[in-house]
Amino acid sequence: MLSFTPSEEQQMLIDTLHKFADTEMRAKAHECDEAGEVPQSLVDTGWEMGLIPASIPEEYGGFGEEYSILTGVLALEELAWGDLSIALHILTPSLFATPVLLEGTDAQKQEYLPRFCEESFYPATAAFVEPLFQFDPYTMKTTATRDGDMYVLNGEKAYVPLADRAEAMLVYANENGSTQAFIVPRNTQGVTIGQREKLMGLRALPMYRVTFDQVTIPAANKLGGEAGADFHRLLAYMRVATAAAAVGVARASFEYARDYAKERVQFGEPIAHRQSIAFMLAEMAIDIDGLRLMTWEAAWKLDRGEDATREAYLAKLTADDVAVEVTDRGVQILGGYGYIREYPVERWLRNGRGIATLEGLVLI
Amino acid sequence: MIDFTIPEDIQQQRKLFELVAKDVMRPYSRYYDEHEHEIPWEYVNRMWPVMKMEWARRVMKAQQELAGERKEKKSSGKKYHFNLQLVFMVEMLSWGDAGIYLCTPGPALAGFAIDAAGTPEQKVRFLKRFAEGDPKWGAMAITEPGAGSDVSSISTTAVRDGDEWVINGEKIFITNGWLSLEASDGLVVVWATVDKSAGRAGIKSFVVPAGTPGVKVTKREYKLGIRASDTAALVFEDCRIPADNILGNPEVEKRDKKAGFKAAMVTFDTSRPVVAASALGIGRAAIEFVKEKLAEQGIDIPYNLPKHKLTAVQRDVLQMEAMHKMAWLLTLRAAAMSDERLPNALEASMAKVKAGKAVTWITQKAVEILGPLGYSTEYLAEKWMRDAKINDIFEGTGQINTLIVARRILGYSSRELK
Repeated sequence: MLSFTPSEEQQMLIDTLHKFADTEMRAKAHECDEAGEVPQSLVDTGWEMGLIPASIPEEYGGFGEEYSILTGVLALEELAWGDLSIALHILTPSLFATPVLLEGTDAQKQEYLPRFCEESFYPATAAFVEPLFQFDPYTMKTTATRDGDMYVLNGEKAYVPLADRAEAMLVYANENGSTQAFIVPRNTQGVTIGQREKLMGLRALPMYRVTFDQVTIPAANKLGGEAGADFHRLLAYMRVATAAAAVGVARASFEYARDYAKERVQFGEPIAHRQSIAFMLAEMAIDIDGLRLMTWEAAWKLDRGEDATREAYLAKLTADDVAVEVTDRGVQILGGYGYIREYPVERWLRNGRGIATLEGLVLI
Repeated sequence: MIDFTIPEDIQQQRKLFELVAKDVMRPYSRYYDEHEHEIPWEYVNRMWPVMKMEWARRVMKAQQELAGERKEKKSSGKKYHFNLQLVFMVEMLSWGDAGIYLCTPGPALAGFAIDAAGTPEQKVRFLKRFAEGDPKWGAMAITEPGAGSDVSSISTTAVRDGDEWVINGEKIFITNGWLSLEASDGLVVVWATVDKSAGRAGIKSFVVPAGTPGVKVTKREYKLGIRASDTAALVFEDCRIPADNILGNPEVEKRDKKAGFKAAMVTFDTSRPVVAASALGIGRAAIEFVKEKLAEQGIDIPYNLPKHKLTAVQRDVLQMEAMHKMAWLLTLRAAAMSDERLPNALEASMAKVKAGKAVTWITQKAVEILGPLGYSTEYLAEKWMRDAKINDIFEGTGQINTLIVARRILGYSSRELK
């Protein structure tokens, strides 16, 4: 019946991840953003938490827990609260593993899932976004053309995380008007890893342009085999995950701004005593709680195998706005300090702005 | 566990209330909007048997307590989700007509106050009338010309004289004030101070039944919206009630304790989600109507297009739906917490803030999108915009509720954050 309290196990996971986020991610976030890279040791520590193997069936080497996007959402919020770039770096392999888990053929699961259950970080990724002003996941410009028992991929992708080091890439392409996904192993002929993206935010996550020039792969590499994958469903999972990330970033900004406003004294008292500041914080809190509930509802429906197209879409739509509005308020409340890179709020605004652009780049 | 399942019994009830809304509310919406101060008898007569049963149940419970047959006990283990039921009921009835819904016969807030703070004897004495006979109403009289948001500044007085209280003062904007005192054998619960110098600690609630000399309805308001709802001004002039018509403890507690006032304010934590639900019922009506009219023009609302492919109208409607959903989930959360007996002042205020803002925007947008016909009284859209507006005002304005949220998240008292 209607209830909004995470289970004990979920709460334990939240607490563990929060500790990791607070002690390890927060400590390194600024440095990683400036350097444009996450130290491998930190990635490894994240990997050791076993988030990806958790839901992989035992027969493939995983822990065999039932996959739950709702639990994933809870985890993602904490990691994004820590630092969105580092979180996405640690979770990049999910972009490949989760679609295979959800939509792959048995052969595809057998081939790939065990790789994510090893001791060390297995770099795999997905190529989704395209370098257009107006990108539409339902009408991608990258094409997949059937040729005998092969597929030929052509096009250009942007924002491909860790493309330079990925052992395998899931490439989303337009096959006769519908979006499908194709497994492209490293070193496949015709794949060129291009320049690194230089973005407003998410600077600690190396992302690349990747071009596909007559890239030929076996038809068996189409996700889901001949029948293909349910792209609507995958997109719903991605949208829900993105919304969860937005909740985390927004919450980080809100908490920091709230604590600052209570300390910062001007005109003889903390600025939090002023309605203009206090009301900004109240509205931030309401939107964060509201977005979280919308994300949970969509995730809960997906876990039950129900169609959550509308809920996931509305959650993502709201997340796009909340991520920017809240993090913008965060900068505003810190005034001049909010503008300085030594303080995290400006980074959270830069990262928060990425949420709207991050179609297909967040999964857990 | 995180669970969005709506209990089966609530789903069933919702269907019943939808029938009520379609049968005796929507067909009369425009009529009662244009015939302010008439009683919507079609709705009243339809709802009275339902309400009578509910209050008969409560009266019986009180009678059992009085006879010593039963102790006041905590939830008996069966899932009891009263607040959730209320929220769903109010949402659907407001979807029907928010003004007519407010004419629901029964003691309403007055009844909840008596049920919460009254002795078993008082419950039986005051609530019995709502379990029998003809439709009756109850009202809660708090607001005064000089006391709106600042509830603690009310100046209606209650002075003990022998075995009576004597009430003097003026109340305004009382929902069902006239229905309770003049149109039926109902009652009003009046907030008055027994000691102005004690501030909040001096404020108590008193039950004033219809027919008590010394209380008059001096005005029935004409409003922007919810015109079917009775909004009255009352004047108390040497209004005498028995001493045992006071609810709760007559003692003025120590200034810093203010437990009595707090107990009264706690009712707002229950009523705020209900008002939010009412707002969202109106909002849902507006959204559904807009989508219906757009669909007739061949315009549908997709849930899969990137923003740059959305028309302005599609974008607006999606925004309406997103805001509505957020506010509704916040409302469900607040109600669910009430049912779990968790303190929910923060969550209740959050829901009220969001719902009030959301439906003001949603209903205004709806009129805009519907163009010249949206502005016309041929359709109900313009009425819904007028009806919606009150939800950001009564039961605590959006500003007051935002202040409450702010104080809670900052851990500030009213002295620190004004």
